[in-house]
Amino acid sequence: MENISGKEVDAADSDARLSEKELTLSMGPQHPATHGVLRLVLDLSGETIVKCTPYVGYLHRGVEKLAENRNYMQIIPLTDRLDYIASMANNIGYCVAVEKLFGIKVPERTEYIRTIVGEMARITNHLLWLATHALDIGAMTVFLYCFREREKILDLFERLCGARLTVSYPRIGGLKNDVDDQWLEDLYKFTEEFPGRVEQYETLIDKNRIWLRRTKGVGVISAEDAINWGLSGPALRGSGVSYDIRKISSYGVYDKVKWQVCIGKNGDIYDRYRVRMDEFRESNSIIRQCIEKIPKGPIMADAPKFTLPAKDKVLSDMEHLIHHFVLITKGPQTAPEGELYVATEVPKGELGFFFVSDGTGRPYRMRIRSPSFVHISALPAICEGELVADVIANIGSIDIVLGECDR
Amino acid sequence: MTAPQWFFAYFAGMITLLSVVMITRRNPVHGVLWMLVLFVHIAGLYLFLNAEFLAAIQIIVYAGAILVLFLFVIMLLNLKKELTVRKVQKHWVLGAAIGVIFALFVVTVVAGITVLPPLGEYSIEAIRSEGSIMTLGKVMYTKYLLPFEIASLVLLVAIVGAVVLAKKRI
Amino acid sequence: MPEWLWIFIKVFIVVNVLMLHVAYVVYFERKVIGHMQARLGPMRVGWHGLLQPIADGIKLFFKEDIIPSNADKPIFYIAPIIGLLAAIGSLAVIPMWEGFSIADINIGILYILALSSVGSYSVILAGWASNSKYSFLGGLRSSAQVISYEIAMGLSLVGVMMMAGSANLSDIVRAQSEQWFLLPQIVAFFVFLMAALAETNRAPFDLPEAETELVAGYATEYSGIRFGLFFMAEYAGMFVMSALAVICFLGGWSGPDFWIFARVPGIVWFLLKVYAFIFFYFWVRATLPRYRYDQLMGLGWKLFIPLALANIIFTGLIKLL
Repeated sequence: MENISGKEVDAADSDARLSEKELTLSMGPQHPATHGVLRLVLDLSGETIVKCTPYVGYLHRGVEKLAENRNYMQIIPLTDRLDYIASMANNIGYCVAVEKLFGIKVPERTEYIRTIVGEMARITNHLLWLATHALDIGAMTVFLYCFREREKILDLFERLCGARLTVSYPRIGGLKNDVDDQWLEDLYKFTEEFPGRVEQYETLIDKNRIWLRRTKGVGVISAEDAINWGLSGPALRGSGVSYDIRKISSYGVYDKVKWQVCIGKNGDIYDRYRVRMDEFRESNSIIRQCIEKIPKGPIMADAPKFTLPAKDKVLSDMEHLIHHFVLITKGPQTAPEGELYVATEVPKGELGFFFVSDGTGRPYRMRIRSPSFVHISALPAICEGELVADVIANIGSIDIVLGECDR
Repeated sequence: MTAPQWFFAYFAGMITLLSVVMITRRNPVHGVLWMLVLFVHIAGLYLFLNAEFLAAIQIIVYAGAILVLFLFVIMLLNLKKELTVRKVQKHWVLGAAIGVIFALFVVTVVAGITVLPPLGEYSIEAIRSEGSIMTLGKVMYTKYLLPFEIASLVLLVAIVGAVVLAKKRI
Repeated sequence: MPEWLWIFIKVFIVVNVLMLHVAYVVYFERKVIGHMQARLGPMRVGWHGLLQPIADGIKLFFKEDIIPSNADKPIFYIAPIIGLLAAIGSLAVIPMWEGFSIADINIGILYILALSSVGSYSVILAGWASNSKYSFLGGLRSSAQVISYEIAMGLSLVGVMMMAGSANLSDIVRAQSEQWFLLPQIVAFFVFLMAALAETNRAPFDLPEAETELVAGYATEYSGIRFGLFFMAEYAGMFVMSALAVICFLGGWSGPDFWIFARVPGIVWFLLKVYAFIFFYFWVRATLPRYRYDQLMGLGWKLFIPLALANIIFTGLIKLL
């Protein structure tokens, strides 16, 4: 606070009365705990938040606009970059939506594999969430423990499709390649030890009194508010609303395995934390059941107008090469016209794709309903009246990623 | 002058000087900082008088707690306007005159007093043999127990009053 | 040899050993926490990363010293120095072994408390002078925290002073020749331990520099060696607090006096106990999440201070009987 040089005044002339004013704190876009480039403008009275205004868009890359100039096949890598923590789930969500638009039925083996990798994505996402959430609240050891397991799943992804983070593994009507038995066996081994690891995380923080005091009764969202704000995923289920698209929709093989929707009760940070911890176990059990039940069979749907021909045929056969060329350059030429919204349950909540199709190989308009965007819009209502330290805990508990929010 | 006299002269002089420096700072935080230096000098003066306990308490209570509270309040108040206020106000002549008269008054009165060596039972030797904490404690809890308790009660009332005023809803 | 020269040499040795200690305690922390978190800690510079602290020191010295243009420069300059001076100054009264302390004064405990309260100015002023809101909030948090926990710490040590009948640190150690004060003053020990964590701004009370909330709190705008001074002050402060705990509760330099142990010099026992405490600091940091500001204040005022007061009354009663 420099000396303000300039005109000097008498004490009597200056306004001696003191006025109360909030301290405005611009938190982000560069801040260690805003999970990317979220910017929150906080009006503080002491350490209490009077007003919280989120500003988004620092990571806007125009994915929706880009999609209008790509054919359906080329959009898959764009969806990797939405929620880059669980890119596999986005890929699956997109492919499921496009398949519904085209009216393709994928083979059963593909459904099983998609369920497996989708739940793996959920585990990686929740691991990263737990790591950063605990670090935000100050427990730094959990962070590295979680990364130990996340690393193993990423290694499995790498063996599966060559990429660790931006996988682009599913294809419209199927998958890039089949899984081998060794891979399934190694994954099964991982699922055997993973519940023990979850217990380990719980011993680190679940009974810790500081953790309980930081999370219980903080950031409470009532079930009614949660629905009205359009929250989804663990943030909604933590408030006690039993809503999971995997149960009510028909993608994957979620109807063929035994699992339950994990819900909380009070809607505070602790309940949302518990929901995700339970989902670790549920996802793990879903993966195990799928590996046990997975049938043999083809992985690509029998819909030659929309799906790519097999690679060995493309390399040896003229007709297939031309077919491949047309699909890649122009996209499927017989896409039905119309509008369609399809939602899937990604780790963070409801990820929806809305298409306006004009019958060409490219979507006329593609709109993405991203859970992070909706969750951020609920952030002010959760944070106001609480303390600065709670903002950090709240941001962590609704689990946002800005790549998906800003698209 | 002997060494103790030099010592006293340094601390007394610095205390006077620092007081003036402190009240003439335009920036209240700088003022508080000079006050911190001032308090350290007062503590030095206590040491000079063999009152080591008082010296430590001077730093702990005044420098460590009260001054921090001052800083706390000043930091919370937005005092940007104070920085533009003129240092010398309109009525400085009157103020200076009163100040000079008062100073003369003090000097004449003080010059007339001869400070006698300590006569009571607590001579420096007596305090040294027991330690100043013990001596102080004994006097406070035997001879002056009632005034001591009254003082603590007054402080308690002040604390309760402050809490009631600050927190409408407890 | 004149006495002043002897004191000068002692000061020189103690300060230099402390600085080396600060450098290597950081290494110790990174190794300990690393192994607690299923990783190795520094491994690249020297054998098992042993030269890492030196590399870090050199890096900090040569980094650009950035000063915000709107900072209050004189205060910005002196704030880290106050912190380090207060921490190093406290060493003057700490008896490392029988008969060794730079200044054996009667008010040893009070002197350390006084210096630690002066040390808090470093954080408050750094927060204010940086003219940044994160720093400012860090400074505010720190001033409230330091005032609250200083009271708890002072009160917890009153029981020890009552037991020993003195505030001289050497006398306190000698008073424990029969029995350490750990057991009779277990409540005071607990309060002191917590207050020491809060005084040195360590986890779970590291709110003034909570990196996920306030970026780096009061040190946000500091860089290069000025940041390094804060760092040194924090670790020197940890040493002083651990030493104080050892002296007041764990019998200072005394060790078991049988067989070969009786021949081990006192400084070894003293340092062993101090490093056990410092290990405790690291252990807590690797384990516990961070308290929230209001919970921290509530804990201090509603639990630690009443506990310490009850301990004083209890100790007094026992002494009377």
